[in-house]
Formats: sequence, C-alpha cells, structure tokens
Amino acid sequence: MKPTGCPPRQGERGSIVLRTLGWLVLAAAVVTPLLLPESYRLPGGVGKNYLLTIGIFIGIHAIIAIGLGLLMGYAGQVSLGHAAFYGLGAYTTAILTIKAGAPPLAAMVAGIVLTAVVAVLLGAPTLRLHGHYLAMFTLGLGMIVQIIFNQARGLTGGFGGLMGIPPLGIGRWQLDTKPEFYLAVIAAVAVTVLLANNLVRSRIGRALRALHESELATALSGVDVARYKLLVFVISAVLASVAGSIYAHFMRFISPDPFGFAFSVELVIMVVAGGAASIWGPVAGAALLTILGEVLAKTGEQIPWVADLDVVLFGAVLVAVVVFLPRGLVSLADRLRRHRRRETAPSPAET
Amino acid sequence: MSLTDQLVQYLVTGVSIGVVYGLVGLGFTIIYNATGIINFAQGEFVMLGGMGAVALMELGLPLGLAAALAVVAVTIVGLAVERLTIRPLPAASIMTLIIATIGVSLVLKGGAKLLWGPEAVILPPFSGTQPVRIGAAGIDPQRLWVMAVAAVSVIGVQSFFKYTLTGKAIQACAINRSAAQLVGININRMVSLSFALSAAVAALGGVVLTPVTMMRYSQGTTFTLTGFLAAVVGGLGNSIGAVVGGIMLGLLESLAGGFIVPLTGGVVSSGYNKAIALAVALLVLWLRPQGLLGRQKKEAL
Repeated sequence: MKPTGCPPRQGERGSIVLRTLGWLVLAAAVVTPLLLPESYRLPGGVGKNYLLTIGIFIGIHAIIAIGLGLLMGYAGQVSLGHAAFYGLGAYTTAILTIKAGAPPLAAMVAGIVLTAVVAVLLGAPTLRLHGHYLAMFTLGLGMIVQIIFNQARGLTGGFGGLMGIPPLGIGRWQLDTKPEFYLAVIAAVAVTVLLANNLVRSRIGRALRALHESELATALSGVDVARYKLLVFVISAVLASVAGSIYAHFMRFISPDPFGFAFSVELVIMVVAGGAASIWGPVAGAALLTILGEVLAKTGEQIPWVADLDVVLFGAVLVAVVVFLPRGLVSLADRLRRHRRRETAPSPAET
Repeated sequence: MSLTDQLVQYLVTGVSIGVVYGLVGLGFTIIYNATGIINFAQGEFVMLGGMGAVALMELGLPLGLAAALAVVAVTIVGLAVERLTIRPLPAASIMTLIIATIGVSLVLKGGAKLLWGPEAVILPPFSGTQPVRIGAAGIDPQRLWVMAVAAVSVIGVQSFFKYTLTGKAIQACAINRSAAQLVGININRMVSLSFALSAAVAALGGVVLTPVTMMRYSQGTTFTLTGFLAAVVGGLGNSIGAVVGGIMLGLLESLAGGFIVPLTGGVVSSGYNKAIALAVALLVLWLRPQGLLGRQKKEAL
C-alpha cells in the first residue's frame, strides 16, 4: 500500500508547473482582499472588510482543521469534541484578559497549558483502547464543557457571554485593524502548515503513517503506539486552543454558541471534505465550508429559508465526499497530477 | 411533600427519560452487532418519530394512527439510510462509515428544520393528564406509557433475537460474517433489517416521549450522544446493558437535578445535572472500559 501524505519524490518533475500554478493561485487568493480599495463592492454589496473577515475565519478554522487532520489522517482517530478545545482556548483568554488583566499572549499560553492538560487526561487512558473510545470521550467532554460555559455565569457570563476582550498585541504594538489582523492570521496558518509538515516528515510522522497501515505491525517493531497517538492528539487540541484564543481577540466578545457539538462536526466535515491525510486538504476544507456557510447566511438575509439549508447541505457534502471522493478534495489534485505525468512520460515507478 | 415522595417523583422522571436513552442505546447495539458501525443518526430517529407523529396529527389523523404511521415512516427512513450510505461503501473503514452516518444525521436534522420549522411541538397525552398518585407524589400517566412501551420493545427485541430464525441470523452476522454468508445468510438483508429495527425502536421512544418533553428538530443530537453513552456504559453490543446504561444516565440526571442544589448548599446549580450524569458515565468507562455488563475483549494477534 502506498503511504498517503508523503512529500513528492523523484519522477514528479512534470508536476512542477502545476505546483507553481497552485502556489500562485493561493498567493493571489490571499493577497487580493488586502489590495482591494475600500470602496470596492462585489456583487451582493460585499466589501473589503467583509472579505477580510471571511479570510480571518478561514484562517482560524484552517488552524484547527490542520490539527484535526493530523489526528484523523495519521493517528486514525476521530475527535468529536474539538470545538471544546477551541472553546477552552477562547474562554481562558477572555477570562484572564478581562478579569485578571493578563496580557493577551500570556493568556493564550495559559489556554494552551490548560488544553494540553485536559487532552492528556482524556487521551492517556483512551488512546490505549481500541475503537470508538476517543470519539466518545471527546464527545462527552464537548457536552460537559458546553454546559459549564452556559452555567458558570460568574466566570463565563453564561448565555450572554463575555464582552470587552482586548485586541491581540504586545505592549504598544496592537493588532487593532482588520488588515493587520488578517496578516497575523495568515502568518499563524503558515506557521501551522510548516510545523505540521515537519511533524509529518519526522520520525513521529513516519511512525504515525506506519501506525495507520497496521497498528499491530508498528507496535511489534518497537514503536510506542499509544505515546505517538497521544502526542498527536495533544498537538491537535493545542492548535484548536490557539485558534480559540485568536478568535476571542478578533471578535472581542464570546458566547457559548460557537463552541458546541455542531462546530465539532463542522470541523470533521472540513477535514474529510478536504482530505484527512494531507496538510493542505484540511485547509481547503476549511475554506470551502467557511465560504459555503457565509454564502448561505448572506443569501438567507434576502431569502430566509436558504439560511436553514446549511445543516442539510453540510450533511450532504459529507455523505457525498465519503461516497464519491473518499480521500477528499486534494485527491482531485493528485489525480490531475498523475494524469499529466502519464501524458508526458510514463513513469517506471508506477505499477 | 416528604423526602420519600420527592424521591419517588425523581425516580419516575429519571427512569422514564432513561428508558428512552436505553431505547436509543438498544438501537445502537442492534446496528453495532450486525455491522460494527456506530450509527450517529440514531437520535434523529427519535426526533423524527416525535415530530412525524405531530405532523401526521395536524393532517387530521387520530392520535393512535398518527403514532403508528410515524413509526412505520421512520422505519422506512432507516432502511433508506442503510441503502444510500452504508450499502454503497462495502470496502470502507469503520471510521469512514461512522463519519457517513454523521452526515446522514445532519441531513435528517436539517430536513426536519426545513419541513417543520424550528419550534418545539407537542403531542396530546395518550390517556389524559390526571396524575397517578403514589403516596403524596403525583405521576404523569404519560411517563407510565413511556416505561410500558419501552419495556415491551426491549422484551420484543430480545425475543426476536433469541427465538426467531431471522434474529439468530443477524447475530450470526455479528459473530462471523463470512461463516454466516457460507451457511446461506443474506448479509445485506440482515444489515437492512438491523437498520429498520433500530430506527423503529428509536421512533417508538420518540413518539411516546413527545407528550412529556415536547420535541424540537435539534433534539436528536442529545439522544444520539446520551444513547451512545448508555450503550457503551452498559457494554457495547449488550442490549440489556444498553437499557441499564440508559436508565442509569436518566436517574443520575434526574437525581442530580433534584438534589445537587440542597446537597451543595446552592454552590452547584441544577443546570449541571446533565454534566454530572455524563461525568459519572465517563468515569465508569475510565475505570471499566468494557462497560458495566460487557466482557473484556482480547485483541487478536
């Protein structure tokens, strides 16, 4: 069996054109909203600020999706409670900055530590077990965390949430305009991609891929399977927590709603739709679902029933991808690449 | 009201919601035993049963007929789910199939919202609202209906598996798929049947519960999650265990809701009742991963 998510090796020179093209399209998509004049309006009255906001959301979602993709694609486990880790990051940041006056970055680090501790407590006993235990424990965690966000009014503000979260920044240097924040989020996504890429190509990544092929064989060759799984689980939880802190500083207001089971499922859809066993797949999935959600919400302002389509449509996307494109959107690019290679020079490596 | 009367009240409330969790758990168990899949659309069948019965009554059907038709309709939905998502993926991994059922649950939930709107709906009680007296405690007769229907369903499903050839054939699929195929069991039909059966059981729970708690399009998720926990706490694959797990969760929820405020001097509010029930369930699993009634499975080398 071919390992998935491997970096391209020799004999892929034909794909250089495609790769360059891909990078150019990505760069154009990232830079365009920044260059637009303030007065510019897309059809539907969508302006520059709105595009930047969507871009920021895509970035925040992409950071979580990359982490969840590592867990699903490489450790072969699914978390149904990643929105809870996202919420833990957001609420820790909000509470510490508002109630204790902590600097944003320190609050973010506190969120990371709290999330990592929770992830270890949850993952250490369950990742040794087979089957559905991690899915179930993360699910339970998600429900409990959601109840705490709603009930611990003194700390979290209950349904009403928390207002007055300061902007992200150090000392006098503050990210208080949208283009600045947008750039910061893009940078955060880039760092996440690099880290994930390094992880996948490291010893850990090789062990994880082996794990995905045969857990038993990997364990027999002396790899501590449970430890690697736990490591990936904690990394993915921490990425969600960081994204949560970024979200809190961007919105400057949080309430329990965005951190529920529905969002946990949306994250799983992003990963599956994009392609779990790759780094760019979850990013593509995050962009697809975020844009789809926005288009439906925007259309729903004129035609109310369209807004209600989101749940059905997300579900349909998920089923369709699983049935027709089991390795996600990125597998389309792979197919295209292989197709081109076959046209230019039949590769001897292929059997 | 004395403490005992309060206790009786909470016990009845807890058991009557718990048996519905148990029915969902039983549905999980039926499908898990036949296929190894965790069907995350299970709770949606409860919601569809309740909301479907209300919609049919609004069309002018009498209560009994509406309730029966709703169960039949949801059974057909269960068959369709298997046909459209599980059957086309014979080679998919279990994780992929579970994710596909999550997609199905979203489609059903979103469809219910589009069709019937976001408001909670209610069915009239089956036999009036005159409370049944046990001491000073008054019991809503509908809650007795819930318990009776649940008991009959559980006994029915158990006898089906124990005493009928088809029931035994489904169990054979669970024990050894290829051996079952070799002795001439039609695996596809058995899988279909398991989906139909578990959808019917869940829908029945939804129909009898709706007069007590009302039903909203979004409620299926709660039933999925709690029913799943019930099944695992009881020991995944063990149908009696699923019902026991469900009753345990329902009781914890109701007792925590009733007693947590006086017990903690008001520090912990009654809104935490579900969280407490979940935490206890997770703790049980943490200590005993195979569940209360489950047997430890040895990993095959």
